[in-house]
Amino acid sequence: MTIPIEYYLALSAFMFLVGVTGVLIRRNAIVVFMSIELMLNSANLTLVAFSSYLGNSVGQIFVFFVMTVAAAEAAVGLAIIIALFRNKLTLNIDEINILKW
Amino acid sequence: MLNSLQDLYHIIPLLIVSGGILVSIIVEMYSKDSEKILFALSILVFGAAGLFSLYSVNNVSILFNGMLATGGNVNVFSFIFNIGAFIVTLLSADYIRKYGTYYGEYYIILQSSVLGMMLMAGAKDLFIIFIGLELMSISFYVLAGLNRKRYNANEASLKYFLLGAFATGFIVYGIGLIYGTAQTTSIDILTVRFPQLTGNLLFLAGVLLFLVGFTFKIAAFPFHMWVPDVYQGSPTVVAGLFSTGGKAAAFSAILVTLAALFNGNVGSLFTPYLIFVSALSMIYGSIVAISQDDIKRMLAYSSISHAGYLAIGLAAGNSEGTAGIIFYLAAYSFMNLGAFGIVALIEGENETNLSIASYAGLAKRNPALAALLSIFMFSLSGIPPFAGFFGKYYVFFAAIKSGLTWLALIGILSSVISVYFYLRIVVLMYFKDQGEEVIPSKSAMGMVGVVLSAILVVLLGVFPGSIINLISSFL
Amino acid sequence: MTQHIYLTILLPLLGFLVNGIFGPKIKNEKLIGIIGSGSIGLSFIISVISFFETLNLPVDKRQTIVTLFPWINVGNLNINFSYQVDQLSLVMALLVTGVGFIIHVYSIGYMHGDKAFWRFFSYLNLFIFAMMNLILADNFVLLFLGWEGVGLCSYLLIGFWYDRKFEKSTTADAGKKAFIVNRIGDFGFLVGMFLIFMTFGSLNFNDVFNRASIFNVSEGVFSLIAISLFIGATGKSAQIPLFVWLPDAMAGPTPVSALIHAATMVTAGVYMVARCSVLFASAPAVLIVVAVIGILTAIVAASIGLVQNDIKKVLAYSTISQLGYMFLGLGAGAFGAGIFHVMTHAFFKALLFLGAGSVIHAMHEEQDIQRYGGLKKFMPVTSKTFIIAALAISGIPPLSGFFSKDEILWYTYANGLWFLWVIGVITAMLTAFYMFRLYTLTFEGKSRFGSDKHPHESPKVMTIPLIILAVLSVIGGLIGIPEIFSGEHGNRFHNWLSPIFKQAERKMIIFGTHSHFEEIALMTISVVGAAAAIWFARHIYLNRPSIAENLSRKFRLTYNLLLNKYFVDEAYDYTIVNPIVKGSTSFLWKIADNKIIDGTVNGLAKVVAIISVYSRKLQTGLAQFYAIIMVLGITLALFWIILSR
Repeated sequence: MTIPIEYYLALSAFMFLVGVTGVLIRRNAIVVFMSIELMLNSANLTLVAFSSYLGNSVGQIFVFFVMTVAAAEAAVGLAIIIALFRNKLTLNIDEINILKW
Repeated sequence: MLNSLQDLYHIIPLLIVSGGILVSIIVEMYSKDSEKILFALSILVFGAAGLFSLYSVNNVSILFNGMLATGGNVNVFSFIFNIGAFIVTLLSADYIRKYGTYYGEYYIILQSSVLGMMLMAGAKDLFIIFIGLELMSISFYVLAGLNRKRYNANEASLKYFLLGAFATGFIVYGIGLIYGTAQTTSIDILTVRFPQLTGNLLFLAGVLLFLVGFTFKIAAFPFHMWVPDVYQGSPTVVAGLFSTGGKAAAFSAILVTLAALFNGNVGSLFTPYLIFVSALSMIYGSIVAISQDDIKRMLAYSSISHAGYLAIGLAAGNSEGTAGIIFYLAAYSFMNLGAFGIVALIEGENETNLSIASYAGLAKRNPALAALLSIFMFSLSGIPPFAGFFGKYYVFFAAIKSGLTWLALIGILSSVISVYFYLRIVVLMYFKDQGEEVIPSKSAMGMVGVVLSAILVVLLGVFPGSIINLISSFL
Repeated sequence: MTQHIYLTILLPLLGFLVNGIFGPKIKNEKLIGIIGSGSIGLSFIISVISFFETLNLPVDKRQTIVTLFPWINVGNLNINFSYQVDQLSLVMALLVTGVGFIIHVYSIGYMHGDKAFWRFFSYLNLFIFAMMNLILADNFVLLFLGWEGVGLCSYLLIGFWYDRKFEKSTTADAGKKAFIVNRIGDFGFLVGMFLIFMTFGSLNFNDVFNRASIFNVSEGVFSLIAISLFIGATGKSAQIPLFVWLPDAMAGPTPVSALIHAATMVTAGVYMVARCSVLFASAPAVLIVVAVIGILTAIVAASIGLVQNDIKKVLAYSTISQLGYMFLGLGAGAFGAGIFHVMTHAFFKALLFLGAGSVIHAMHEEQDIQRYGGLKKFMPVTSKTFIIAALAISGIPPLSGFFSKDEILWYTYANGLWFLWVIGVITAMLTAFYMFRLYTLTFEGKSRFGSDKHPHESPKVMTIPLIILAVLSVIGGLIGIPEIFSGEHGNRFHNWLSPIFKQAERKMIIFGTHSHFEEIALMTISVVGAAAAIWFARHIYLNRPSIAENLSRKFRLTYNLLLNKYFVDEAYDYTIVNPIVKGSTSFLWKIADNKIIDGTVNGLAKVVAIISVYSRKLQTGLAQFYAIIMVLGITLALFWIILSR
């Protein structure tokens, strides 16, 4: 017996929403970034679920690309956060608002 | 296999740029005097790729099992990206030193972002669009924070990165839904299956999320919030690239997908969304630009309103609209790069002289720069006979043709508002006395870049018909 | 070369760019002069080659259209950057580049030592560029581009010496006057253009003129179109009521007056009417208006010219008067004769102006002919060439002016407008009189200038152009010898142009034939009249100056009326300008503008600015706030997609 596709979709949608909420409410820049990773992973889950459901490998290949990109993003993102931390000694993104209006 | 080897001939511009990246990395590693070499290499790469794109514009073909298209408007876009980057490179030559930093990777990342743009324009598959988009975006995050010692740059790159990655999340999720419902990621197959899928809510939600992600990238309302902060904090020449190449690439991706999906079907599902985005971007951008004191922020809001004008062409959804968008993007890229280039020349060390007030009396001290900036401002505000006027003209015409006269009227209204803040700079330059002594930095390369943009703006204004005919012939 | 006719337009543009951009850096006057005149000289050579190529083609294949690139293609409006080479545009091109070249060369000498030498040449080249666009255009929009371009150059060149005084105000004011008066004409032209597009659905010459013969359009519409276009022509070609700007245009350097305000630009109106001959021929009533306005302008201007004392003013009024003749010709249906007069007039009027320039140059900027006198012995070349021009404009055979003027008068008479013919002959006599008054007062008699002036002949670079133009003024008319003298060949100039006007002539009612005797008799009358006027002028101003004084005292009123140019400027000031100025200051400015319009605009601007100030606060600088707005947007869009299913 296989798990119906809807379950996967619901799970991934839930994960996605958790990610979005995390981005909106967490204050630590690194946690915000992790929430974004969560969104990407929920998308990966969707892709893999569909891929297996459709019997079509395209989705799984796509997931590899997304993972690669996420890794690159993580590298750049963490570098940016470190650079910022060195200047400002804080990671609270509420305090990062010199540029406005 | 042989077939694919032949395909290589058609992607020479892509090969030139990717080759440039590899060679640059090696040079950067071994050479002590990499700055000059990499600059020359960049100029060479962008020039060659741009010119070759134009040269082979009639070689329309689809390559690699329907993954990538070349020729036609793909090459027109590729020309815009490469020549735009060419100008950016010229402008950077002296600017990045003045900005207080030179890191070897600058030119390498510049090249990789252009490679990403070219992939987006040529994509025939959501895969390729995604790869191109991320290649471009990640390069942009780095470019924004180029000077890691400067706090403004840190903040700009962090905001750009967080919000950009956030938008990417929506795009990937959207692609996931599209793939699941349409069972393919190939745009051609999607186009065929599109009519049966219009009732599928999951599919529509997927397309919408995808669209939203790109609305973010083109900097249109309500996903525009990052733009002013990022442009203000980034190095000026890089901000010029964001607003031109980045926007043009995002539009090319939207055209690739949407134009194919809608297939010239006017009044399609997403028209109300596009109208909403377009109208509010125009109005919001123009209005908020009025009260800006920082010229880079002003140009950022102007960039938002231009995204709105461009989106009129999307909302019109006809082939005139598409041709108009491409022409407009070419015009906008060169006039905006010119404007940013002059801002970069005027900018002092430590990011001084960026307020609009520092342009007062420029005409007396440096008539050439003032005249050039006037050309760009006139063109940006859409005054004939410059390129900007014809861009708006074609887009508005497309809107009227598809029955969206009132949207065109909003566009005209917003243009009228925008005249105020563009021409304010011209007035300041010519009719006000200088408050403080502002001496533009001497940069021969920078001047070449600005003059080149001016020539292109004038040329596009003189030959709009030929160019529009060329673009339309590929639609 | 005909295929490369666009070079005649590109070369002056190139000259403009080179002199305009690098001019201040090039310190060498000679180099600037060579670039400036060389570009026009090359254009002239290209025009000549194209002319001979076209001449070798069979008559029905003499129209070549060279399309460079599409310009505005939207809907059913297709406008290209394309140039039309045919009999008419070739004549004009030869004229503009040929006379233009001569005047460019002359300017090298005349402008020697001016602090803005480069600016002068770049403007002149820009003018030729615009003028060539005007005459070679194959559609109304491109013509209009040139039309506005020449207006702009004229403005720039009238005010060239912007720091000098001119009469009661400055040269810049004279330039402004020319610009504003021309605007009124341009408005008429624009209206005409819109009417044409509405009626015929095209702005391309060939399409419009063919459709004018095919489409079933009422005479009223044709009249409306023709009168609008004619208003445009009166502005550019200085006809009643818009002629007031031309005398003031003399504030510019003299070569400018010669090139722009005598030989070429002012004939743009004549050219345009001739080009649209089909439209005018379809509106007979308007043709009569054209003829009447033409002859009225001719006699009014000629009478003013009788008493003016400024050498350039006399020539300016003479130009207006001669332009009137051209419109008389057009109105009488003699389109070819009108263009013929454009050509001969360009030769002798350019010569007159350049001669005047030579005199002014020699007399250190003195322009009052009462302070000249006896210059013949100082300036042999100038005086000899000047007398040739004066004879030509007076219509003495066999000089060029005779043939063209006589052809116009003959057509006027033959088409039954005998009353206009009488005025025409009187005008011709007046012309001869004031020209020889001018000549006699300037070059003959006793010197009336102070000992501080040392007149001298101008350098070769100025006299050689005079000689060339003098030769042209003598022989220029020979290509248009009327049929009665040349026999079987007929009028060559007429034959060359006739295909252009064929469509128009088909629409016109041809009046009865007249005998050769009549033609010769009329010719004799006008020649004898002119000769008598010349004798009279010389008699008065050489031997009995008292007659002139007595006359002016006896007819004080008339004299003052003429001296003050019929008070037209004052009348315009009083009836139109002042009320507008007063009305606009008291009502429009203080109430309508300041209170209502400014109030509204400023109010709106203020509201927008306030909205702007508040809405920029939306940009809080907090990345998460931005993300919230994005999520809100997405949520809205998703709801909309779900609900709209």
